[in-house]
Amino acid sequence: MSDGGLAKTADGTGSPHDVLYRLQGMKVHFAVRGGFLDTILRRSRGVIRAVDGIDLELRRGEVLALVGESGSGKTTTGRVIVKLTPQTDGRLTFDGKDVTDLWGTTALRGYRRRIQLIFQDPYETLNPKQSINDFVMEPLVVNDIGAPRDRQAATFAALEAAGLRPASDFAFRFPHELSGGQRQRVVIAGALVMDPEVIVADEPVSMLDVSIRTELLRLMLDLRAERGLTYLFITHDLSLAWVIADRIAVMYLGKIMEIGPAEQVIRSPHNPYTQALVSVSPTPEPPTPGERAKRTILVGETPDAAHVPPGCRFHPRCPYAFDRCRVEEPPLFDVGGGQSAACWLAEGGRSLPVLPHRIQEPVPSPAATAIGAELPA
Amino acid sequence: MSVDPRDLARSTDEALVDARLQDATAVPESSAADVATAKRSRRERAIEAALQIRGRRQWAPPKQAKPGAPLLEVRDLKTYFRLESGTVRAVDGVSFQLDYGEALGIVGESGCGKTTTALSLVQILPPNARIVGGEVNLMGIDLVKKTENQLRRYRWREISIVFQGAMNALNPVQRVVDQIAEPIEQRLGEPKATARAKARALLEVVGIPKQRGAAYPHELSGGMRQRAMIAMALACDPAIVIGDEPTTALDVMVQAQILELLERLRRDLGLSLILITHDLSVVAETCDRALVMYAGRVAEEGAIGEIFRRPRHPYTQKLLSSFPNIRADRRTLEVIPGSPPDLRAPPPGCRFAPRCTFAMAVCSEVVPPEITFGDVRVACHLYPPGSDGAQVTVPRPNAIGASVPLVEPPPDLPPMEVPA
Repeated sequence: MSDGGLAKTADGTGSPHDVLYRLQGMKVHFAVRGGFLDTILRRSRGVIRAVDGIDLELRRGEVLALVGESGSGKTTTGRVIVKLTPQTDGRLTFDGKDVTDLWGTTALRGYRRRIQLIFQDPYETLNPKQSINDFVMEPLVVNDIGAPRDRQAATFAALEAAGLRPASDFAFRFPHELSGGQRQRVVIAGALVMDPEVIVADEPVSMLDVSIRTELLRLMLDLRAERGLTYLFITHDLSLAWVIADRIAVMYLGKIMEIGPAEQVIRSPHNPYTQALVSVSPTPEPPTPGERAKRTILVGETPDAAHVPPGCRFHPRCPYAFDRCRVEEPPLFDVGGGQSAACWLAEGGRSLPVLPHRIQEPVPSPAATAIGAELPA
Repeated sequence: MSVDPRDLARSTDEALVDARLQDATAVPESSAADVATAKRSRRERAIEAALQIRGRRQWAPPKQAKPGAPLLEVRDLKTYFRLESGTVRAVDGVSFQLDYGEALGIVGESGCGKTTTALSLVQILPPNARIVGGEVNLMGIDLVKKTENQLRRYRWREISIVFQGAMNALNPVQRVVDQIAEPIEQRLGEPKATARAKARALLEVVGIPKQRGAAYPHELSGGMRQRAMIAMALACDPAIVIGDEPTTALDVMVQAQILELLERLRRDLGLSLILITHDLSVVAETCDRALVMYAGRVAEEGAIGEIFRRPRHPYTQKLLSSFPNIRADRRTLEVIPGSPPDLRAPPPGCRFAPRCTFAMAVCSEVVPPEITFGDVRVACHLYPPGSDGAQVTVPRPNAIGASVPLVEPPPDLPPMEVPA
């Protein structure tokens, strides 16, 4: 059951995978705003490369987790997919149709019905002066969908689908009367009322307590089973991705560092960044001294996206960095089993020397020495 | 009572300098050394270090301190909030003890009273809250009986707090180094120059380069701000540092850095830590003991190994199995049905009874007493006085288990309960 959801969709429709959404070479750059003089003289103060050229496929019926630290570009990627942020470059294909240049309220009407967004903070998403019923019904009204009576029925159905049963108990309350978990259910109902195919969920449970978090994850998985939803699950928490995702994509500073089936990415990471993330991911078990020693705590913080390091953007913090990493950016190398990693050590499908504590006591690995890795002493 | 900054540098002993150097070289601690020292328990080492370092402090413990008394002993603490709609019994009879050099984690869901417990220790509570009973004995001195003025002697000098949102807790219009120097000046009466020098030294201890001290909070990253908060908490060399969700808003890698820093400070400075968090992994990582709170009461308390490997209280078991674990099987998360009780009118017996799979008739009538079994204290009728205290494992019908297909939920799965 390790790969249940994915296997089902893949086998059910036959290979190749049924790609629902595709990003090709997608970039989002923001100009750094200078002062008044800069504006008049139209000179630029540099660019923030929030997303810097990513290729990503979202397959029908899967849960793809986009994992990264703050500043990795994961939220921006989600916003591009729901068309809240324009991309700077690249192509977007949804269900076989090119949607790169689809803009404007009217043009996007059908698109927005099919792709919905769930934000992180249910306290800020909901309008405190709007009843739950009005909040959930709003997208139908705005998009002029259905007759008023149908709208009411659809609203109740969405509330019940989100686990707020009976809907009439909740519909006429206001956000402050609900708990955090219930509010997030309302937000989910607001997305469901449009009967979408894709849900982009940006940190949907990170504000919630553990026990409530599980209920919502379960709700999301149940909804997938009932409605065949496809999720892009954006999170900073690798453990959460591990629990819910079929595939995991790890982002760092605007690039995808590694992507593949969840089991493989977590159990045999081929990118040193993923490896470090896995090694420090918190678990509810006291670590043994051995585990402690194996931990790779990276020094420093993600550089800011206005000053992306040359070569591999991870090399200044990478324990394995060698000369090539400093000058040449690695593409995503296929390492087998649908997993690929952007690391020169993964070239030709080689696996990473999986010995993080080796950083202290360098054990020469054939892979590393062959390409002249400089191991820190 | 003036301190030469050079003395200070010497007094923050060589271990710290070493640690600083180590931090700079990107390398986690040597595994060989770790294995060698791991033979003694972490707690033993911490206590030893604490005793060694206690002489380091430039000022004496409080005059009324009773020799031989435990560092902190909280007895039957009750803190209630008064609302128009009734009295909320946020903390309702909590007891625990903290030794020198020990790290205690207080865990629970939001609203369980963990933060209120921490704030009650130094009585920085909201105006509508009041400690209605119990004792907070710091080195044998009952802080509950102290007046506001007398408490100033203990706040920050003996017990300091690292607050949750570093951005909100720091003054946005004051340079970081000045903010850290402030308590040194105010509480210890040091001259400004000395206080500043000490503040700069502290910044380095927590891994902020000296020159960054001149920065304003908004110029620092989240991790740096949290480090600055920790430096501030260390300013007066307190015996106890309370961390209220110290890593909650941080990225995983930064969280790992901060936890490593806390661990190192504890070892090198002989601090005692109380970590308040909803994140079990933080406690598993850094603490010696854990106190699990539910609805204002202690559910279970004990050594980390016992709590995490052999949880006895059904709530602890549920809580642990609803936490995602990257090193375990996928999708074995559990749902705790229902929601915590309204603390204005808590259920008469065990407060967890309405949500407990094991609830018996007695549970909804009699408050379970706290019974100690070896290293663990548990309040649950499953473990009556005189029993052997062997773990009773709660069945897991609600788990989204690895054996349960995700795509087709099994028919025997109970309908999801909506919290009332």
